[in-house]
Order: sequence, then C-alpha cells, then structure tokens
Amino acid sequence: MKLKLNEISKSFGPVKANSDINLTVNRGEILGLLGENGAGKTTLMNILTGLYKPDSGSILIDNQLKVFHNPREANKNGVGMVHQHFMLVPVFSVTENIILGTEPTTTFNKIDLTNAKEKVLKISSEYNLDVDPNQLIEKLPVGIQQRVEIIKILFRDAEILIFDEPTAVLTPQEVVEFFEIIKNLKKAGKAIIFITHKLHEVLEVCDRINVLRSGKIVGEELPKKTTNKKLAELMVGRKVNLKTNRQIVEKGEVLLEVNNLSILSENKEPLLSNLDVKLHKNEILGIAGVQGNGQTEFIEALTGLRKISSGKISYFGKECKNFSPRKIHQLGVRHIPEDRQKQGLIGDFSLTENIILNTYYEKKFSNNIALNWSNAKKEAKRIIEKFDVRTNSEEISADKLSGGNQQKLLIGREMSRSINLLIASQPTRGVDVGSIEYIHNQIVMARNKGIGVLLNSTELDEIIALSDRIIVFYEGRVIAEFPSNADPNIIGLAMAGVN
Amino acid sequence: MNTLNKNEIENTKSKRSKIIGLSLIFFGFVIYLFFGLGIEGQATFRLSRPTDPFALPNLILPAHSFIGLSALLIAFFGGRIIMKAPKNFTIFVALSFFLAIAAFLVWATAGKSFSLTGMLQATVVRAVPIALAAMAGIMCERVAVINIGIEGMLLAGAFAGALFGSIFGNLIGLVLAILVGGGFGFILAALVVTFRVDQIIAGVAINIFVLGITSFLTSHLLKSNPELNDAPIFKSIDIPFFSEIPVLGSVFFKHNIFVYFSIFIVIVSTYYLFKTAYGLRARAVGEHPKAAETLGISVIRTRFNHVIIGGMIAGFGGAWFTLGSVGRFDEGMTGGRGFIGLAAMIFGRWHPIGALFAALVFGFADSLQQKLAILRTPIPSEFLAMAPYLVTIIVVAGIVGNAKPPQAIGKAYVKEN
Repeated sequence: MKLKLNEISKSFGPVKANSDINLTVNRGEILGLLGENGAGKTTLMNILTGLYKPDSGSILIDNQLKVFHNPREANKNGVGMVHQHFMLVPVFSVTENIILGTEPTTTFNKIDLTNAKEKVLKISSEYNLDVDPNQLIEKLPVGIQQRVEIIKILFRDAEILIFDEPTAVLTPQEVVEFFEIIKNLKKAGKAIIFITHKLHEVLEVCDRINVLRSGKIVGEELPKKTTNKKLAELMVGRKVNLKTNRQIVEKGEVLLEVNNLSILSENKEPLLSNLDVKLHKNEILGIAGVQGNGQTEFIEALTGLRKISSGKISYFGKECKNFSPRKIHQLGVRHIPEDRQKQGLIGDFSLTENIILNTYYEKKFSNNIALNWSNAKKEAKRIIEKFDVRTNSEEISADKLSGGNQQKLLIGREMSRSINLLIASQPTRGVDVGSIEYIHNQIVMARNKGIGVLLNSTELDEIIALSDRIIVFYEGRVIAEFPSNADPNIIGLAMAGVN
Repeated sequence: MNTLNKNEIENTKSKRSKIIGLSLIFFGFVIYLFFGLGIEGQATFRLSRPTDPFALPNLILPAHSFIGLSALLIAFFGGRIIMKAPKNFTIFVALSFFLAIAAFLVWATAGKSFSLTGMLQATVVRAVPIALAAMAGIMCERVAVINIGIEGMLLAGAFAGALFGSIFGNLIGLVLAILVGGGFGFILAALVVTFRVDQIIAGVAINIFVLGITSFLTSHLLKSNPELNDAPIFKSIDIPFFSEIPVLGSVFFKHNIFVYFSIFIVIVSTYYLFKTAYGLRARAVGEHPKAAETLGISVIRTRFNHVIIGGMIAGFGGAWFTLGSVGRFDEGMTGGRGFIGLAAMIFGRWHPIGALFAALVFGFADSLQQKLAILRTPIPSEFLAMAPYLVTIIVVAGIVGNAKPPQAIGKAYVKEN
C-alpha cells in the first residue's frame, strides 16, 4: 500500500503542531521521520491513526481519499501504530492484548481463544518474533512487549506500520533485534514510518528521511547522501556543534575531597570500597563506567541521600559528616539527579512549584507561614527565560514538558543560584540533540566560571567531550584515571574491568 | 541486591509466621478461658424442620469437650505454623476461625437447642442484598468507575419497590425499582464520565440525595397514605426435588426469586467478564482506557453502559428490602448494606464468585447476630448487631491488604481530539 499525506495542518489552541505537511511512503519502504521532541511528529501520527482530527488536509491510501474518525477506521484501512508508551494491558495475556477490539468469537459472544492463539503464533513465526501467546504482559521484558505491539497491528492486517520512538525504551541489544524485525517487515512489503530523534538510527535503517521541525517538513534526505551533521542542522534549524568547545583553564584549589570512602549494603556487601576522589575548581571530573558499578551510590553519598559506612567527605576543606541534603545544598553544592522524573521534579506540580522545590523555605519564598507565590513565579519566569525552557506558562505541570525541557528546567533550578560545585548525573539522558548541545555548553560555562563539576554519565562520548579528567568506576572502586585526551578504547577497556 | 531482598523476605516471612502462630495459640487459650471454663451440658443443633420430608436427627455436642477440643486444635495450628513456617498458612488461619465460631456457637447454645439450618438459610437470604451490591460495584469498578453511591441506589430501589409494588403489584414494582436504580446509574455516569466530577463526591452526593428524598417522601406521602406502603412480597418458590434434600434443600432451594436471580447474576457476570469479547473490552477500559481507545473501543460508552447496568443491579438489590423481605419501606432501611457490598467486592477481588462468597461471610455474620439475639446470650444485643460491620472492618483491614483493583480506577478519561 502507498500512503500519501496532503497538506495536513493541526493546531492546539494557539500552537500550530502541524502545518501543511506533505509526506509519502511506499510499499516495502522505511521512511524515517526525524525531529526533536515537540516538533509535531507524534501529533502527525495521531492524525494518521484517527486519534486526532486534522484541521485541514487529506490522507490518501493508494490514491483514495480517506477520513479516519477513530482508530478503528484507520485500522480497517491498514494503518497501524506502535506507540511510544505501549498500549498494552499489563494484567492481560499476550493473546488477549492482541485480539482486544477485534476478538474472534463463537456463540454468546464467547472469545475463541484457541483460534486466536493459533493466529498469534502464526504471525509470530512468520516474522520471526518469538512470542509466547499465553504469557501475561506484566511478566515480559520491554523488548518482547514491543513485539506484542507489532503482532497486534499485524493481526489487524496493517500494511502501513508506524513506529513512534520505538528504540527509546530498548536496551542496545534489543535495538539490534528491533532493526532486524523492521527489515523483515519491509521485505514482506509493508510501508513503514519510523519516528525518532536519534540520527544514527535513521541513517542505519531508513530508505528515506524526512525532517520535521516546528510542525513543518523542512527537508528530505537520502541516508547514503547525507551526514549526521546535516541532519542535526535540519532538525534543530541552525548550525549545531556536536563537539563542545572547551578552552584550557588552569584548575584551582580542591573543592571536594573524598578519603577512603566505603559504603556497605544492608547485608554487608561492599557497594563502594576505599574511594579517594578529588575535585578542583575550574575542573570537570568525569565518572565513566557501566551502570551499576557504584556511581549511583557514590553520588547519593555526596548529596546526603545515603549514609556512608566509613571514610570522609569534605566540601571546601570542611568535613561533612551526616549532612542532610539541604545542608549540602546550602553549601552551594547543586545536584542534577540521574532520574529527573523520580528525583528531580514532581510531575504533578507546576513549573513554579518545581522551581522552589528545594528553596521554598528561604526568606525570598516564605515568611514561615505562607509561601510568597509572586516571588516564586518571578523566579520561575526568570529561569524559564534564561534557560530556554519551551513552555507557554509557568503554571502547567512539569510532566507536560518534553524530556529536554524538563531537564533544562532542572538545570536552570540548580544552576541559576549561587553555586560552587555541580554534581550532574546523566544530564542528557533522553534529551534531544538541541538540548544536549545547550546543556553541555552550560556545564562548560559553569566550569569556566570557576565551578567544579562532577559529571556522571554512562555515555562515554559525553564524558570524553566534556571532562578535564576521567575516573572509571568498576565494582565499587576507581579502577583507573585518565587525562582528557586519552584513547576512548582504553577507557572502554577499563570500564569492562581491564586495567 | 537480589540476595539482600531474598534474605529480607525470608526474615519477614519467618517473623510473620511466628507472630501469627503465637497469636493463634493465644487465641485458642482465650477461647477456652472465655467459652470453655465452667460450661456444662449439651448443645443441640436442629438440622431438620418439622415440615421436612426426610428428617435428620439433631446434632448434639457436649459443650465443654467440644470447646476444649476446638481451643486445643487452634493452639496446635499455631504451633505448627511456628515450627514449620508453611508457605500457605491462610488455610490454617481460616480453619482456626471456623473452629472459633463453632466453639462460640456451642457455648451460646449449651443447654438449649438451636436451628442450624435456619441460621444457614438466613445467611443466604441476608447475603442477597450484599452480593447484589457487590455485583453492582464490580460492574462499575471493572470499567474504573468507583461507585460509592450503591447505598443510595439500594435505598432508591427499595423505595421504588415499595411504592410501585403497592400500586401496581410486585412484578411491576420490581421492574420499576430496577429502572430507578438504572436511572441513578445514568446520573452517576453522567456526572463522573461526562462531567468528570470526582467519583467519590458524586457517589456521596447520590447517597445523600436519595436518603433525603426517600425520607421526605416517606413522611409526606407514605405516612399519610399507608396503602402506598404495603407491597405484596414475592413468595418463596421451592425448587422441585432439590428442595427436598436435607439441610441443603432448605438452605439453598426454598427461597424467593431474589436469591435465585442473585446466583444467576453472579454466573452471568462471571461469564460475561471473563469469557466474552465485551467483557474483555470492559476490563481493558478499566485497566488501560487509552489502550482500549486506540483499538477502537469507546471508553465513554463502555463506562456509561456498565455503570447503568450496575445501577440496575443495585436497584434490584434494593427491591429485596421491600418486595423480597418486609413489604414496606422504612427510612434508611438499607443500613449500610451498599457499603458492606463494596467491602465484599474488594474481599472477593473484583470477581463475582469471590464477591458472592464474601457476601455469604457477611450474611453469616448478619444472621448470626440475629439468631443469637433469640438465644439470649449474656452478650448485649447491641454488640451482636455490630457483628457484620466488625467483620467488614477485619476483612478490609486484614485480609484484603494486597488485592489489586483495576488500574485506572477513579480516574476520569479525557478523550483527545
């Protein structure tokens, strides 16, 4: 089947999510739809699957005009979508999820489960998906859940398959398997739209790439004839520096000193053993390592979230024994936690409330009885402005923001006040290219101004791009230390425990 | 981390079995102390009624030794749980509970005679409104609508049953009671599904409204026109053959249509929810409405339909109070059965069969207090009247703990466009 979108437009209030979008996908083709968070990709696909109604424009399938009032009509016309957040009922079995809404039935509306399971197995083996139809969804890993979603749309005879950020939740190994699956689907003659903001993914699997920015298609590229850099520029709308400029700055006095630090787990197994770490003024110290080697515990200890078993943590030459997180914060130590949704922000709270979350008690925001909302709002507005958080109000709840904007809000909150030391954990996880560039620049600027930065990231590229010095965590120890110009391969080996 | 969790779980498990075991031993001790010491004579339980075609002999138990044995067994179970820390100790706890109740009954009946069959029959009858309220609750909550208003719907059904039953006869009265219940279901659905009013508040509003309007109408209409509050009740129908089985026949097969229909509703709704395509869709709407919507299932319509059906079931349950029981309406006569029904729903883990058994537990507590009042035990009747509510609290606080409701429960669904 061939799909054509003609001059599609859609607004939400004053925001134009899509304007005059033209797009074509052919049989046996993978079209990459590249765009930053908030570029309008998901809106466009929700129009295509009948969840939203377009303000104007038309959808053509095999040159026939189609109007979808609801997802069922889109399904009937062969359009199926795998949503970014899976649309699966956790307590239902694989089969039940797949047949939901189009159940094969016998008398008295009874579900014909054996028939349904056979069909599921048939699709599963036809596309090499390897899914057990009897399993409960909640017992399955994310990668398999995604396959259930794929079977779900194939069960409805979808010929046009849409994947919305399919790799966002997958592990690297699952991503490789996923690429195999969509290549198989392509071979079987399906038309596929692959939505993502990851550049290397579209270059790897797509036949054609359309770039979406601010609700408009701004370019069409062929993977063989384009580059990372060019795509990034189209996506962001200006020149993007994928490398951060970092001039050499002399490092200053010691800000943070960790001596012989050990942390034991509750059943007395060592999580960290005999750690010695120093962080200087004007320095970015990168912590490299595979996740789960003690980095999280180290940062929790530094920020007062975890009790240490032995050793010493000193900020600015003073030992901080059993300091509460607030006390450490008051020293001018700022923390960007690794999971912004769990630790950094409260999703249901407004941006203003989130801005004063760790300073609400200060004179500026509180007179000990009531909060001073006008000051809080002023502060929120200032940070939103200064840190380029894209929102039309400081009163919306934080979970309405895209990941990149949430992270900018968090970084703004932590960095907009007097700051001596920054502890940044996974600062760019799940953030789009434009925001990554921005966040990296903020970190480097902070360091240039005389702040010490402790950067924890599982992305080695990020560590190498930013750090003045790199330490590698392995099984709760610092296994190696490298200068900024070290060979990434050797650092990679150290991360695997080879020294 | 994993080993840590495992150890922790093991530790808490053995700790828990110790606590439960010790409390059972203590419990057995207390039972002997309170009921066993100084009791004499025999407890006579009548199994048959004079009218039964096949009469069974009476069950006669020596009070002191029976109570002593029960107490000993309970303590033995406790010891077993401590020593062996078995995985599934609920069965022992349940058995202990059963023995405790039996011991209590023997104590109460010592030196007297008591109709066991009568009490069990009353259990079934008393379970009817609770089971029906629970079914109404299940219909609503399975599509993620909390229905606190069931109490009000029962009361509305009871009133409509009495009023219309007096005017048009009991059959039409029953149909109108069901329709009134459905009407309140519609109101609730409109409030919470369409206008997205908080579900608890909407339910409470219905309760207060119904309580107010029925009290008003009772004092202004029924009091001055007693002929409007005198409905013919449904006579009991003996099921041929089955009703002649000793004990079981009287307990299950000599009832009016309310009992039979309740069982019918339980079976049908179980089949509907877990075997049919529509049931699957309904449950999907309760668990993950957005997923249902993306598959072309209308969340709004599904919720409307089920809440209205739930209301109709509640209306039917309400009619039991008047058309199935006493034939006249009294203010607030539902006495919290709607809420107990909700507890039964949770106790039964949102499953009709489970809820039916839970309703029988509550019905048992209800009939027990009623019968014990006749035996004139030293326990004040006010305390006995608390029994059903006490059981509710114990069940909800203790046993239900980890039951999992439908995931989307209480949340309004906003359709995007």
